Amino acid sequence: MYGNIDRIESSDEGALPAGVEVVLQELFDQLIADDQRIEPRDWMPDGYRNTLIRQIAQHAHSEIIGMQPEGNWITRAPSLRRKAILLAKVQDEAGHGLYLYSAAETLGVDREDLLDLLHSGKQKYSSIFNYPTLSWADMGAIGWLVDGAAIMNQVPLCRCSYGPYGRAMVRICKEESFHQRQGFEILYTLSQGTQAQHAMAQDAVDRFWWPSLMMFGPPDTDSPNSEQSTAWGIKRFSNDELRQRFVDMCVSQAEALGLTLPDPDLQWNSERQHHDFGAIDWAELTRVIKGDGPCNAQRMARRVSAHEDGRWVREAAQAYAAKHRADKVKAGAAA
Amino acid sequence: MTAASLSSQPLDNDDIDQADIDQAALATYVLGLGDDALIVAQRLGEWITRAPQIEEDIALGNIALDLLGQARTLLGYAGEVDGNVTGMPRDEDDLAFLRDEREFRNVHLVEIENGDFAVTMARQLIFSSYQYELYTALLTSIDPTLSALAGKAVKEVAYHRDHATQWVLRLGDGTPESHERMQAALDQVWPYVEEIFDTADTADILAALPGIAADPAALRPAWSRYVENVITTATLSVPTPTWRSRGGRSGYHTENLGHLLPEMQNLHRSHPGASW
Amino acid sequence: MTSDVHPAPTGGPRKGWPLWEVFIRARRGLSHQHVGSLHAPDADMALRNARDVYTRRGEGVSIWIAPSTAITASSPDEKDPFFDPAMDKAYRHPTFYDVPEGVSHL
Repeated sequence: MYGNIDRIESSDEGALPAGVEVVLQELFDQLIADDQRIEPRDWMPDGYRNTLIRQIAQHAHSEIIGMQPEGNWITRAPSLRRKAILLAKVQDEAGHGLYLYSAAETLGVDREDLLDLLHSGKQKYSSIFNYPTLSWADMGAIGWLVDGAAIMNQVPLCRCSYGPYGRAMVRICKEESFHQRQGFEILYTLSQGTQAQHAMAQDAVDRFWWPSLMMFGPPDTDSPNSEQSTAWGIKRFSNDELRQRFVDMCVSQAEALGLTLPDPDLQWNSERQHHDFGAIDWAELTRVIKGDGPCNAQRMARRVSAHEDGRWVREAAQAYAAKHRADKVKAGAAA
Repeated sequence: MTAASLSSQPLDNDDIDQADIDQAALATYVLGLGDDALIVAQRLGEWITRAPQIEEDIALGNIALDLLGQARTLLGYAGEVDGNVTGMPRDEDDLAFLRDEREFRNVHLVEIENGDFAVTMARQLIFSSYQYELYTALLTSIDPTLSALAGKAVKEVAYHRDHATQWVLRLGDGTPESHERMQAALDQVWPYVEEIFDTADTADILAALPGIAADPAALRPAWSRYVENVITTATLSVPTPTWRSRGGRSGYHTENLGHLLPEMQNLHRSHPGASW
Repeated sequence: MTSDVHPAPTGGPRKGWPLWEVFIRARRGLSHQHVGSLHAPDADMALRNARDVYTRRGEGVSIWIAPSTAITASSPDEKDPFFDPAMDKAYRHPTFYDVPEGVSHL
């Protein structure tokens, strides 16, 4: 259940009597310490609010941009059943974006402003979506690896200290599990299929493995905001922790798929009780985040043009609503 | 596939059983309905990530999914019935991905390019209003597969028709720009209306399927009443086209289909016999 | 990254389509539950959008939508004694922040 009907009251905060803010901070800290939820009408530190706006918005943007690499194959799916499943999946992603924009809006921002920030490059989206989908098997790789990584990140967020975000995540996680299973199923079918299909599947995994590991963010040692996010109950596990869990999970799943992972250094470490894995090319992640990835320009161009091309439609709907509001007023007056 | 003409059967339902029904005609008829739905679904799929608002990506996706579902049922049935004639049944994917252009039986309206949002909504208004009358008529078809499908589909297309209606109203009675675009869109798609209700291409097939198929000409009056009311309320004018499309039900299509089909079919055809 | 710039509220008219809250009764016998919000130009479209966004998995027998501005709110345990008491004030209209140009990290 959402608390979106509550909204942040902002203008009063500038006029707080001295000493009040200290009390409110203590109340806030106590709620966090008790693992209670912060709701929209609660006082919160500016940093908490700003961090959440950015994180939730970027999560929403990721869902919307994420529709593009998969949307790329809707018209070309190899069977009607696969076409239907893919359409439904991409729709789910649009829906997830909307749930998240709703959650962000409880913090007192407007979706239009968040979209402006996306379109101008001031807010980001997950860098994984800057990679192209070059074959049908990429639909499988995205479902298995990318959605798998997203789930690993998202399940802990269901317990995020900010109520609306946590509740959005619960709703999203329920729908997400179908996505990962579908991806796995696509790859399994390909892997067991013809030689060409098996090669297609292996090629997709080879291209998406390392970028998927990068989805968990920079190493903990390089993640300056993690400590504060953890203290605020926004972040529940560290980047490296989640990344390790993901690797361990994927190794056994890859075996079940009959596919290999493109890492010669991947091997079980019985001391750590985890899989060791090879060095990630952090320079690539930095480069792609900064805009020099294969599809950054294309993803933004599509998003911006959809928005711009649709402006006349949105304006028409507003004009119609205004005209007919006036009709209702007249009708009411005449009655 | 052409229908063999049969001596007319009495219209007493008790007398008509499956063995008497011209299977070839039935397959052809059902294929036409299925191809219509399939091609619109394919066109709507092109809108994903391009819609004017995220809510509209979802709405168009829903319509596409419904139509794809109808197409799968119809193509599956057509393939089965056709199998009764040829001894070689085909499934929904065989029909969707392995037929060439000249074997598709959809009307021209569904294969035209999406254009701007107004063109897509004009196409949807015409098509969904037609499907509403079609499925309403098929509710009482003596073919159990068609009547069962109609029972489900009529609710779906009622929603599609409503969605298109809401947009035609808003675009027609919105801003000057939207009004101009919406009128231009209606003008562009109206030449494709006549073909939908014209029985010239399908007279033999319809004659062979009494009580089963819906005569498209009979659907037109209710269709006109609904659509013309929407157009007028939207402050738009019903166009008076100077030409009309023809031939889709016989496999003569526009140049659009020749580009749409390769995109849809290429991957499937590149891996003959493969499972997905 | 957090910004040290605290955006000032404008209270001005929002751009784009207004915000609506959505309530769904998933099955007979249950009451309506708040499920989230969405943007739509008017009530008719809001209802249809709500069906598309919130009932895609058949989760919905009945849908209510209300403009967010129509909601009057209070919470029993809200710790805001230094603000005006919630009960005798109309629902606090959301003040949407202008994000200043040049703020590179919100």
